[in-house]
Amino acid sequence: MRGRRALWFWVFVGPFALGLALFTYVPLLWSVALSFFDAHNTVTPTHFVGLGNYTAVLRDDAFVAGLKTFVLFTAFIVPVTYVFSLSLALMVNRVRRARAFFRSVFFLPAACSYVVAALIWKMSLFNGVRFGLANTVLGWFGGAPVAWLSTPDPPWYWLVVVTVRLWLQAGFYMILFLAGLQRIDPVLYEAAAVDGARPGWTVLRHITLPQLRATSAAVVLLLVVNAFQAFDEFYNLLSDARGYPPYARPPLVYLYYTALGQGQNLGLGSAGAVVLALVIAVVTVGQARWLGPGRTDAGG
Amino acid sequence: MDDALVWAGRALRTALLTALALLFLVPFYLLVRNGLAGEEDITSPEWTFFPHEVRWGNVGELFGDPSVPFARSLLNSALIAVATTLGTLLLASLAGYGLARIPYRHANKVFHGILGTLLVPAAVTFVPSFVLVSSLGWVSTLRGLIVPTLFPAFACFVFRQYFLGFPRELEDAAQVDGLGYWRTYWLVVVPNARPVFAAVGTIVFLGAWNSFLWPLVIGQDQSAWTVQVALSSFTTAQVVRLHELFVAAAVSVLPLLLVFLCFQRWIVAGVERSGID
Repeated sequence: MRGRRALWFWVFVGPFALGLALFTYVPLLWSVALSFFDAHNTVTPTHFVGLGNYTAVLRDDAFVAGLKTFVLFTAFIVPVTYVFSLSLALMVNRVRRARAFFRSVFFLPAACSYVVAALIWKMSLFNGVRFGLANTVLGWFGGAPVAWLSTPDPPWYWLVVVTVRLWLQAGFYMILFLAGLQRIDPVLYEAAAVDGARPGWTVLRHITLPQLRATSAAVVLLLVVNAFQAFDEFYNLLSDARGYPPYARPPLVYLYYTALGQGQNLGLGSAGAVVLALVIAVVTVGQARWLGPGRTDAGG
Repeated sequence: MDDALVWAGRALRTALLTALALLFLVPFYLLVRNGLAGEEDITSPEWTFFPHEVRWGNVGELFGDPSVPFARSLLNSALIAVATTLGTLLLASLAGYGLARIPYRHANKVFHGILGTLLVPAAVTFVPSFVLVSSLGWVSTLRGLIVPTLFPAFACFVFRQYFLGFPRELEDAAQVDGLGYWRTYWLVVVPNARPVFAAVGTIVFLGAWNSFLWPLVIGQDQSAWTVQVALSSFTTAQVVRLHELFVAAAVSVLPLLLVFLCFQRWIVAGVERSGID
């Protein structure tokens, strides 16, 4: 009986587990192996270099700059998206009329890819020439056109990079917050009203936010992990026929050009990937510990 | 006085939401405006809110452009998205059911092994995955674009959680009738679990259609480009033809907007499940 069950277990779970092992664990282990070799343009290298790739990648100014770009990007995108999507959820949750309409409109950008959004932002909204929409609006007020993306000084590209992701993601997180808000027991608000708490800031601070703790923890974790994986919008906003500029390279853009660009330094790229994978695993576990379990919400 | 305050607050909220909603629609407006305009209308220093002459011919021009295989890339994206969705639903739901319902000594270890991959997102491991796929000789093939993406841990996790909460009585009745795990699954469980299939399916479909980094890495020949890679090639081309680029972007978004509007309920359900649970 037990043997039969084990057999059936593997019939159901085996294909998925095997595929996952083959396409996640095998590449990871292979990558760890590659990171100890000099692997230019080859996946079966023979020249062992020990920790050479690790010291090289950690000493590489571009890699360190990539990590700094990520930290800066996270510092912008996480609080902005958090506050904005929570505000949207609070407003949509309380609006009486056309609630479904508002929810749909804010969520609609989630159907767009980062590529499409980056293209709209780069070629029309924040086009650096006079006919870009932002520059047109500036022009109405007598302002001179701004080169939004083509210069690191002043770094206007941050505005472009942050708004494009905000537009794409705010609705998604709004949905998460709305779900969290729905789970809050209305009795809590009634009790607060009886106690004389006026709706508004006090209720938000003492009831809504504490009740949303688990949702908030999940949202912040997703925001950080997603920011860490930023590639699509940076690549499509900043690279052009001449290639990618030397500034604003988040970690994955660095990896892409190191491992798959000219020279295909897969050893160095693998060492970089291993370092990044470790960073993200530590961040995920650390944050889960710090913000408490993300399982329960609204006491349920 | 309080009534007036409440009313004012409500009016303010609605006004703010309306303004934000209009702002959120601006990018869609730009997509349509630029996609249907002539190049002169787009680059004119005077802003025109709508093109002087609506040029549906841009669509024909896009599909006739020999330098970008747009029709082929649309077809590739459709094939990849459909195959990825069906494959993921099949594999992940089976695994989720097995983990939730079939007692097995090492089930917990297997589950943790699957869950552990959530700690290392696929995007971070694209270099090692590329290494593996290229040594299989799958670069620039649909296989290489589809197969490695068929095993997202989140989908398996969502199915497992769903099946854990599935009413056991139905399955018990099936077992009494002499159905084994396999037939119970297909005849009793799947027909009663449509919401979770719809939720996971739409999320996987959107993700597959919109994904960029993996197709960029694997689709090195034009014949294996997805629509996102084709779009991206416009922005990095030597000569940028704006009207063609925007009509291409609009065409690439249109099917997704339809999917999105038709399945919004399921997408919302899927987001709630995969985001929090």
